[in-house]
Amino acid sequence: MTAATCNDVSLSWYEASARQRIDALVDAGSFCEFIGPELREISPHLAIFDLPEQFDDGIVVGRGRLDGKAVLLAAQEGRFMGGAFGEVHGAKLTGLLRAARALSQDVLILFDTGGVRLQEANAGELAIAEIMRAVIEARRAGVNVVGLIGGRAGCYGGGSLIAGTCSKVIISEQGRLSVSGPEVIETNRGIEEFDSRDRALVWRTMGGKHRFLIGGADAFVDDEALAFRQSAIVALKISPGCDVAVLAAEQARLERRLQRFGEVEDAVEIWQTLGIDQPTEIPARPTGAFLRAANNRESADDAR
Amino acid sequence: MSDWGMQKAALGERLAAGRQHARGKVVPIPDLPAFLKGVIRSGDRVCLEGDNQKQADMLASALANLDPRDVHDLHMVQSGVVLPSHLDIFEKGIARRLDFSYSGPQSARIARMLFGGKIELGAVHTYLELFARYFIDLTPNVALIAAVSADKDGNLYTGPNTEDTPTVVEATSYKNGLVVAQVTEIVDKVPRVDIPGDLVHFVVEAGRPFYVEPLFTRDPAAITETQILTAMLAIKGIYAPYGVRRLNHGIGFNTAAIELLLPTYGEKLGLKDKVCTHFALNPHPTMIPAIEAGWVEQIHCFGSEVGMEDYVAARSDVFFTGPDGSLRSNRAFCQTAGLYACDMFIGSTLQIDLEGHSSTVTTSRIAGFGGAPNMGSDPRGRRHPSEPWLKAGAEADPDTNAALRRGRKLVVQIGETFGDRNTPLFVERLDALDLAEELKLDLAPVMVYSDDVTHIVTEEGIANLLMCRSKDEREQAIRGVAGYTDIGRARDAKLIEQLRQRGVIQRPEDLGIDPLDADRNLLAARSIKDLMLASGGLYRPPSRFRNW
Amino acid sequence: MEKLSFRLTAPRSAGGTRAQAIVGVVASGNLEVLLERSPPADTCTIDIATAAHGFGAVWDAVVRDFVTRRPAGGLRISINDGGARPDTVALRLAQGVRKIEEPER
Repeated sequence: MTAATCNDVSLSWYEASARQRIDALVDAGSFCEFIGPELREISPHLAIFDLPEQFDDGIVVGRGRLDGKAVLLAAQEGRFMGGAFGEVHGAKLTGLLRAARALSQDVLILFDTGGVRLQEANAGELAIAEIMRAVIEARRAGVNVVGLIGGRAGCYGGGSLIAGTCSKVIISEQGRLSVSGPEVIETNRGIEEFDSRDRALVWRTMGGKHRFLIGGADAFVDDEALAFRQSAIVALKISPGCDVAVLAAEQARLERRLQRFGEVEDAVEIWQTLGIDQPTEIPARPTGAFLRAANNRESADDAR
Repeated sequence: MSDWGMQKAALGERLAAGRQHARGKVVPIPDLPAFLKGVIRSGDRVCLEGDNQKQADMLASALANLDPRDVHDLHMVQSGVVLPSHLDIFEKGIARRLDFSYSGPQSARIARMLFGGKIELGAVHTYLELFARYFIDLTPNVALIAAVSADKDGNLYTGPNTEDTPTVVEATSYKNGLVVAQVTEIVDKVPRVDIPGDLVHFVVEAGRPFYVEPLFTRDPAAITETQILTAMLAIKGIYAPYGVRRLNHGIGFNTAAIELLLPTYGEKLGLKDKVCTHFALNPHPTMIPAIEAGWVEQIHCFGSEVGMEDYVAARSDVFFTGPDGSLRSNRAFCQTAGLYACDMFIGSTLQIDLEGHSSTVTTSRIAGFGGAPNMGSDPRGRRHPSEPWLKAGAEADPDTNAALRRGRKLVVQIGETFGDRNTPLFVERLDALDLAEELKLDLAPVMVYSDDVTHIVTEEGIANLLMCRSKDEREQAIRGVAGYTDIGRARDAKLIEQLRQRGVIQRPEDLGIDPLDADRNLLAARSIKDLMLASGGLYRPPSRFRNW
Repeated sequence: MEKLSFRLTAPRSAGGTRAQAIVGVVASGNLEVLLERSPPADTCTIDIATAAHGFGAVWDAVVRDFVTRRPAGGLRISINDGGARPDTVALRLAQGVRKIEEPER
C-alpha cells in the first residue's frame, strides 16, 4: 500500500468551510458524499418562515480514508444558520452513526454549531436525542466516535451534549464548548454574571484552552487543518468501548472536579489551582508553551 | 488707557473663584461642581477636550451636571461630539451654540437635536480648520482637558494620547483663558512634561484613566475577498506606478487590506523600499506585519491606539517617542504633515456622485469630518517637488510648461460598489444636499470635493480622473467603475471602452490581476491574534477584539 | 424569498469533466452556487432563490455579464442567496466555473 497523501496547504480550521475542512482532513481525493447537494434534500420548515435554504441543510456527510483507514465523516457548516440542528440536518447525522454501527467504521464529527434551530426546534431537539443514542450504540458496538471542535460557531447547546458522548474530543484555541452560549447566560443571569461582549472572558471560560485544562477535551491542537488531521489519526488508535465502568469513572471524576473548583469565580483561579505557573499568561501562550504548562491538567476520560 | 488688561483681570477673578475650591492647583472631586460653577460664566466659549479617540470624560459629565440656572448659553468649541454627555449639555440648556469637527457615535442624536433646534450650529470643520479658528475667532475662555498624570505644579504628562492637548492649551492659556485638566493620578514627578505647569491652572485627580476609543483597530478576520481585490488593484495600479512613499491611510477595511498585503503581495511585486516608507498615520494594528517586515521607515501619529502602546515604545526607530519611551502624538502637527508632506491620501467613503464629490453624510446622521477632508485635499501652498506629485500634475495638465506646472496630491477613494445592506456607493445626488436644504446650511457637508479626488478604486477597476479631459469623460470614468449599481448600469459602453484604451479606466485584467486570486491567504495576518503574534506579544488588543 | 430564472445563450461551454461543483455558503451577504451539467452545450440556465427582494434588474445584469465573460454553456446553475452583493455573486459564479473545470482526482 502506498502512503496516504493529504492536502498540505496551510488552512485555518476556523476560517474554512465544512467542505474545505473535510477535504483537508481526509486522504487526498478519498471523500465521497452521501445525500449531496444535487439531491436537494432541504429543510421542510425554513420556507414557511421565508428563510433561505441550503442544498445540504448545513451538514456534509460521507465516507473517506484517514491515513488509509476507512472512516465516516460529518461536518457542520457554522455559517449557515449558525450550524444549528434541524430535522434534515439531524437525520443525516443520525443515519451516518447508524451506518457506522452496521459497517463497524469509526466516525469523525466536525462540530460547528450553536445548537438547535429555533424554526424547527421540536425536530431539532428530537434529533439531538436520537444522535446521542446513536453515538452510544455505535460506541457500544466497538466504533470510535471522535469530535473535532474549532469552528466559527463553536459547539453549543445540543451540539455540546453530543460532544459529551464522544470517545474523544479534539479542540483548538478558537473552538468553544459549552451548553449555554455567552448571550444566553447574559440574558438569563445578567451582565454582572457574564458579559457576552467581553471576548477574553468568553474564551477563557468556554474556549479550547480552558476546556482542555479541565478535561472537557482530550487533545489541543493549532488552528490548522493538518494539526486536526494528525490528532484525529492518533485519536482513532484508542481501543473502543463504552461500558458501566467507564461511565462510573467519569462520574467520579466530575464529582471530584466540582468539589475542587465549584467555588471559584473565574477560569484563571482554576488554572492557578491546577498549579500552572503565571496562569494569567495562559491565553497568550502559543501551543507548544501552552501544552508544557498544561502538564497538570485535569484528565479527560472516554466519557465526559 | 485704563481699560487695557481687562482679560487678565477677568482671568484673575476666575482664578480667585477657583482657588476657593482648590488646594493649590488641585481640585478635590467632591468640590468639582462648585468649582466649575465658579470658574465658568454663562456665555463663555468652552473647549471640552475630546476627539475621535481620547475624551476628558469626567469633566464632560461634571459640566453636564451643572444647573442651567447657574451656567447657560455656553458656546462649545470642540473637536469631537462623541460622548452622550457632550449632547446632554445642550439637552439641558447649559450650552446653546456648537462648533465642532467630528461626531462619530453621536451622529444620529446630533442630527435630531439640530432638527429640533436644541443646538445652534456654527459650522462643521476639519480638525486643522477648527484648531486654526481657536487662534483667530473661536479662542476658548475655558478649556477642560485630559492627561495621564500631573505634579502639584500642574505639569502634565499626556502619555501616548497627547493628540489635541498642546493646541487647545496654547490657544486658551496664552489668551487669558483658564485651563483645567483631569488626570488619572497626581504624582511627585511626571514621566515627561508634555504641557508646562504655568499654562495649567487647575487639576482634578480622576483616579481612573480618561476614555479612549479603539477607533483604528480593524479585525483582519472581517476582510472580504472583494476588499482584497480592491487592495490588489490599488497597490499594483496606483502605489507602484506613482512610487508613493509618503502617505496617509484612512480608516476602514479597504486600507487595512492594503496594509496586510504589503508584506505578501507588495513583496511579490518587488515594491519594498519603493512605496509606503513614510506615513502620517495612527498606529494601526494592521501595520504590524509591514513594520516587522521592514517596510516602514517612519510614522508620525495623530493619536495613539488602544493596545499598541508597548509595541510603539519598542519600535522607536519607526515612531516618535519621548524620553519616557512612550509615543508622542500630536494631531495638529500630524494633520499638517498629512497635508503638506504626503503625496497620497487613500480612504473609503459612503457616497460618490457623478462628478466625484464624496460624502459620509446620510440624511439621518451627521458624522462630521474629522481629518479626512484635510488629508484628502490638494494643498495649494505646497512648493516642494516629489515624483508622485509631479507625475500626477503632468497627467492632469500635460500641455503646461513643466517648470510652471503645479503637482497634484493623489487623493484616492476606495470602496466596493455596494456597501452594507446592498447600499450603492455611487449615487445621482448626495444625501448631503438634502441635509443642507433641511438644515438651511450654506454648504453641503462634502468630505472630498470633486476637484481634489484623483482616483476611484472599486472591485471593477480604477478610474483615473486626472486624465479625464471633459465633464462627460469624468462622468463615464466614474460610471465605468460603478459595477452593477444604477449608475454603473447606465454607462455608455463604447465610451468606456475608449477610456479603457487610454488607460483612464483600468480593469483587473488590464493590470494582470485575476479576481479569483483574491484570497484571504494573501493577508499577512488573518486575525487579531495573528497581529499579536506578529508583534511578538507587544500588541495587547482590547478584550472586545480577542478570540482567545 | 424571491425566485428568478434565466435561460441564456452562452458563447463558450464549460470545460472539464466533473458532473457538479458547489461553492459558497448561504449566510448573510453570501450565497451558495451549485453547478450541474445539462445540455445543450450553448445554453446556461440559472435559477435563483434570494432573500433580497427587488434586485431583479441587478441579477439580470450580473448573470448576462457572467455568461459573456466565462465559459458557462451546458450548465444548470442553482443559487441560494442570503442577500449577497453583486460583486460577491459574480465572484462565486466565476469560482464555480473554475471548480467544475478542475481535473478529477
